[in-house]
Amino acid sequence: MRWIERALACAALAALPAAAQQSPAAPSAHFVVVLDAAHGGTDPGGRLAGGQAEKAATLALSVRLRSLLAARGIAVVTTRESDTTLDPNSRAAIANHAKAQVCLSLHVSESGSGVHLFVSSLAPAQSSLFLPWKTAQAALVTRSLALAGALNASLQHAGLNVTLGRTSLPGLDSMTCPAVAVELAPERAQDGTVTAEPDDADYRAKAAAALAAAVLEFRLEPRQP
Amino acid sequence: MIPRYQRVILIVLLAASLAMAGILWHLRQRAHQRLLAGEDSAPTQAPEVAPAEQATLVAASDADGSLLAQDRSLPLPADPGARARVLLGKLLDLYAAPDAAHPVPGGAPGIAQVFLLPAPGPKDPQTPDAELAVVNLTGAFAASHPSGIETESLTVLSICATLRANLPRVTQVRFLVDGQPRPTLAGHADLTRTYLTADAVPTGGTTP
Repeated sequence: MRWIERALACAALAALPAAAQQSPAAPSAHFVVVLDAAHGGTDPGGRLAGGQAEKAATLALSVRLRSLLAARGIAVVTTRESDTTLDPNSRAAIANHAKAQVCLSLHVSESGSGVHLFVSSLAPAQSSLFLPWKTAQAALVTRSLALAGALNASLQHAGLNVTLGRTSLPGLDSMTCPAVAVELAPERAQDGTVTAEPDDADYRAKAAAALAAAVLEFRLEPRQP
Repeated sequence: MIPRYQRVILIVLLAASLAMAGILWHLRQRAHQRLLAGEDSAPTQAPEVAPAEQATLVAASDADGSLLAQDRSLPLPADPGARARVLLGKLLDLYAAPDAAHPVPGGAPGIAQVFLLPAPGPKDPQTPDAELAVVNLTGAFAASHPSGIETESLTVLSICATLRANLPRVTQVRFLVDGQPRPTLAGHADLTRTYLTADAVPTGGTTP
């Protein structure tokens, strides 16, 4: 009967990694979030007051947010993990292949104040089996607006100034998931003076925590048909 | 003892020097007068080639992401294309001012041309003479535009809203940079699509 004990021991050892993946910290296979750190590689994006390129600031925000979401058991797919060049179509393709329930396009700017949330300006359209690539987001605009609402509530609860808007952003309009572009701008006082720059670690952590809380809240919302 | 002929030469040379000095001083005075007269005739105000009219500039504000309509009295040309170019130039002049709520360097020279064409697509019975405005921006303006979703979107929307407020027949707007299509204004706002002016609505208005 020793061979049976050995077989059971081997089976137990083989099962260990699987058990580790199913720990509370492991990502869920049912709720996927795509984080798209804008720009990268040969496209530096804008430049912050401290001299940091937008591509570096968005990657830092993406890494921070990925850690927060993964720690809460949410599966996260990132469009880039390093300083690589990605065109808008590739970003949308990654998001669409992931069949995500939330897509966040992360941006950083020196203009304006607080956090800017943008949903595609496409008019809502009926979903169908085949969607035009350039306007695929039209079928998801209603869900994207709901996601923006959850993000707005969470960011405001965290004490951040939020501006909501609609825009036409390459990549975002081709995503077949509830998608919102998040732009982190400097935190300003009433007189317009900057109190925290987007490359400030504490400010970025505060925004990331609020975004993570909003995603968790959105996961619990009933899905619209 | 100085010879007599030398004294005569000296006196003649002295007199000639004094006469030349007098002529030079006179010529200098005449040149100075001519210069002053030229300055006086220089225009101190831009010539107005058209009577002033009421116009509406829809200006953006970065503080709250709003579009505010401002009524102005401006001399505007009669030709609709030239009128659109002047209006958008004035809008960009607002953004180039030192205390602008939506700071964008460059000003009026950022608008190279505005072309008005019949709007493509099916005719709307309500606007049978709808027009498409093609706004040609300069490369220098696009290169110096601050990068960001909000700031770029506000520039695009304020241009669309200003055209709609003053030229109601313009229902669609497309953008070129130096006469060529360009993916984005400064890395974010999509310049490849056609914008509908009906989507650019001011959120408020002030009259300065």
